[in-house]
Amino acid sequence: MQDEDVIREFLVESHENLSRLDQELVELEKHPKDAELLASIFRTIHTIKGTCGFLAFSTLERITHQAESLLSQLRDGRRELSPSLVSLILDTVDATRKVLGSIEATGEEGPDRFEDLTERLRVAAQLTGDSAVQPGAGMTPAAAAEPLDNNGFSEHAEDKPREGDAAKSSAVADANIRVGVGLLDKLMDLVGELVLTRNQILQFNTEREDAALNVTSQRLNLITTELQEGVMKTRMQPIGMVWNKLPRVVRDMAVALGKQIRLEMDGAETELDRTIIEAIKDPLVHLVRNSCDHGVEPPEVRVRAGKPPQGRLTLRAYHEGGQVNIEIGDDGAGIDVARVKQKAIEKGLLRPEQSEKLTDREALNLVFQPGFSTAKTVTNVSGRGVGMDVVKSNIEKIGGIVDVFSRPGEGTTVKLKIPLTLAIIPGLVISSGGERFVIPQVSLLELIRLEGDSGEKHIERVHGTPVYRRRGTLLPIAYLNQVLGLESAERADVVSMVVLQAEDRQFGLVVDGINDTQEIVVKPLSKQLKGLTVYAGATIMGDGRVALILDVLGIGQRSGVLAESREQSRAATEQKTQSGIEQQRLLLFRAGSFERLAVPLSLVARLEEFPQSSIEHAGGCQVVQYRNRILPLIPLRDVLESGAPDHGQTADPVQVIVFNDGDRSVGLVVDQILDVAEEAVTVRQKTGRKGLLGSAVVGKHVADFLDLNQVIRAAAEDWFQSTGGSANGKRILVAEASAFSRGLIRSGLDMVGYRVLEAANLDEAIRGLEQHPVDIVVTALDLPPDGSSALLTAMRRRTEWQGIPILALANSAEQARTRAGQTADFQDCQVKFDREAMLESVARLASTLASSETVPVCVGEER
Amino acid sequence: MVTDIATMKSGLAQTSGQFSTFFVADLFFGVDVLRVQEVLRFQQMTRVPQAPEVIEGLINLRGQIVTAIDMRRRLRLPPRAGDQTPMNMVVRTEDGAVSLLVDEIGDVLDVDAATFERPPENLDPAARELIRGVYKLKDRLLLVLDAERTVDLAAGRPA
Repeated sequence: MQDEDVIREFLVESHENLSRLDQELVELEKHPKDAELLASIFRTIHTIKGTCGFLAFSTLERITHQAESLLSQLRDGRRELSPSLVSLILDTVDATRKVLGSIEATGEEGPDRFEDLTERLRVAAQLTGDSAVQPGAGMTPAAAAEPLDNNGFSEHAEDKPREGDAAKSSAVADANIRVGVGLLDKLMDLVGELVLTRNQILQFNTEREDAALNVTSQRLNLITTELQEGVMKTRMQPIGMVWNKLPRVVRDMAVALGKQIRLEMDGAETELDRTIIEAIKDPLVHLVRNSCDHGVEPPEVRVRAGKPPQGRLTLRAYHEGGQVNIEIGDDGAGIDVARVKQKAIEKGLLRPEQSEKLTDREALNLVFQPGFSTAKTVTNVSGRGVGMDVVKSNIEKIGGIVDVFSRPGEGTTVKLKIPLTLAIIPGLVISSGGERFVIPQVSLLELIRLEGDSGEKHIERVHGTPVYRRRGTLLPIAYLNQVLGLESAERADVVSMVVLQAEDRQFGLVVDGINDTQEIVVKPLSKQLKGLTVYAGATIMGDGRVALILDVLGIGQRSGVLAESREQSRAATEQKTQSGIEQQRLLLFRAGSFERLAVPLSLVARLEEFPQSSIEHAGGCQVVQYRNRILPLIPLRDVLESGAPDHGQTADPVQVIVFNDGDRSVGLVVDQILDVAEEAVTVRQKTGRKGLLGSAVVGKHVADFLDLNQVIRAAAEDWFQSTGGSANGKRILVAEASAFSRGLIRSGLDMVGYRVLEAANLDEAIRGLEQHPVDIVVTALDLPPDGSSALLTAMRRRTEWQGIPILALANSAEQARTRAGQTADFQDCQVKFDREAMLESVARLASTLASSETVPVCVGEER
Repeated sequence: MVTDIATMKSGLAQTSGQFSTFFVADLFFGVDVLRVQEVLRFQQMTRVPQAPEVIEGLINLRGQIVTAIDMRRRLRLPPRAGDQTPMNMVVRTEDGAVSLLVDEIGDVLDVDAATFERPPENLDPAARELIRGVYKLKDRLLLVLDAERTVDLAAGRPA
């Protein structure tokens, strides 16, 4: 903040104080014992003294300092007030006024040092007797001994015009008046009403064709807008008002912490509504203290790191897109992401396995979690576990956003995005279920209108969760009518969607109609409705009806598009992206010491019970007669625990899971069938154990996934030997990111007799192709890193790979259909996990291979 | 500003012995006349989806947004006949103005404090919470509605 501004403020304030002082002193003469008056006078002088010291006006400081000592004696009752003392103080006031006039005119205190006055004040303060303060005749610049009534007062006033500087002194005071904040608020309310009425008139105007009304309403429109801006301006204050006290904060902190910190401020003149200034005051101070304490390193550490010993703290404020950005940056050590994670784990804010998946940016945002502080030591300035979360919630309360950026060794920057004002905001009017709602423009990113015969079809589903592909990324979608429980007319062919941003996440909100944007006046909801998180308030529309303002964050949370906390949401999206593949119905069962085993239910043909007596032996295998065929039985326990002693007799009847493969079946003998669970599954831990794919959490308990192919192969190798057919010997490369999905695809192919190569990403796939002759490639469309087309391109570049047919696997039938229709690059496209279709397709591709020609086939129908 | 609130508050505490009366179903209610800001015909209302069901909606009262509470539902009485439009009785509460939707507006009555009695113990709990007492008028009973409790939706809920 520029000195001139500070001085101007000081002048305005001091002039006011001095006028009051004149009145108070006169009043004091009448009631010399009025402690309240004395205290007030003391405070006024004290304030001026304090500011003078700050601004380095030494003469003024000296005068007021002496007066203050005198006044403190009076205030404390150590001496009686006498008329001579009053006049002495009045002289002080006059002298002060004169110096202020000089400051205003020249910026300097002027040549007069007022030494005699200072001396008299000093003497008066030393002596307790009244006589001591008798004016030294002729020494005073003003007649101090004159009777102190209104006359004496006016004589001083008459003196003024003679003092040329003092005449001007009123210039500043006159150009500024102090207005109560209450009055400004009231004016703002009235302007709000006027804006509403203006909107009403404008709407009225569009309904009728009246030239006169038209002209008038246009004028009204312009004037209202101007008035609104004007009144808003009266409430605007430069952010420097808050920054003013920061140099002191930084200095004190630096001294206390033994650091050297230079504060740089840029954009102090940036203006904000006073309500917002109030709201950001504390968060700002907190952030600055934080930067001093945790950000900037002690000088010796800085020197060791090759930085200048003096740290830099930068405050920047600027307007951007109808908002004010405030940045608090330091050139310190940056935030140690590893320590943040570790701390979060210690505090129970994060699970260890989550921490590995967290990106640095996400980890940084952990500092905003309640109860978090990375300071190694708790100092008296910070590190008490309250802070950043409060900062965040305070900023969000006023519709702002907090973000933190950090580079190790280079520093940390906290960025606040703050709306200019809260009272009148631009909003988008939308409709849903026959009602109108307003969405604050700040939360709005874009509008999307899906039309044509497939409006609704652009919205795809990931296991029932609607998503929209927006420039290549999936945008979760919520339907406003569902969130609010409203009945909407059947959407025909057009879908209107608004893309919203809450915190740092985005989602689409489908609405019935998008109307227009308006300036709206935000009114709070009554107590009875405060509990509804989906509304931010209400407003009155142009037609005089009330419309509710949606709370974007609340809508997101209520619809489940945004989870309550960042971590949860991240985990959820992670699951969602995988759930298309891995949300599965699982059969859970028990065998031997394995309490919880799982296989996908889709692989299971039937569950059967056979009495022990029906089990026969054939070719070294247990078999039963089953539907006029021989069903080989595999005792699972023996496979998984080969070599373990037999635990007594098996149950009677035995529980058998029957798996079908074409004409053949095989039965798996288990101890007990437990349950069928429908669950999004992520294989968390791969086991090296034979017969198991890995383990995952299913229904809150860990279950082991059975590698069916391995189990069956281990137990009934010869059963597979007989499989034969076109499949035999053909090598298939399965490229798919998820180990679990890959295992399932492989087990399907294995069972029919293909040899399977696995690849988790593009590189592995290419390596596989280079190292082995491959007959068919089965690839997921979403093969990392960039999708299957990269693999396709790579394969088309090498002549020896060009003839290899490719089967693409899509996550949904919808995707499969579009891809099959769009491109002939792949020979076929099927839905992942539609095992039958996949095998059929592979068999078809294999047979085309046999006839040594590749014919692109597109299997479009959905199974 | 301060004085405004002070007067309003003291206004709320004061009782005049005069009651604005209204009907909800066959019940005859009274609210202290000093509390009543105004009485309006049925207004166009904006529904508030997801709001508690006693809230009928929001009305625009000359630029002030006022929440309307349906007294039938508040007292857990059967709904109004289809063709009957309720009246708005706007009362001042500590939380600002709230509109009570009632069936019909009655006269302003002077009552004799001697005829006051506590509400009967066996009154429906939903109503009992909201009724401060009963004035025994000559031809009927006047139930004194506790406006603050009425607009406090947490009150009178079945446990």
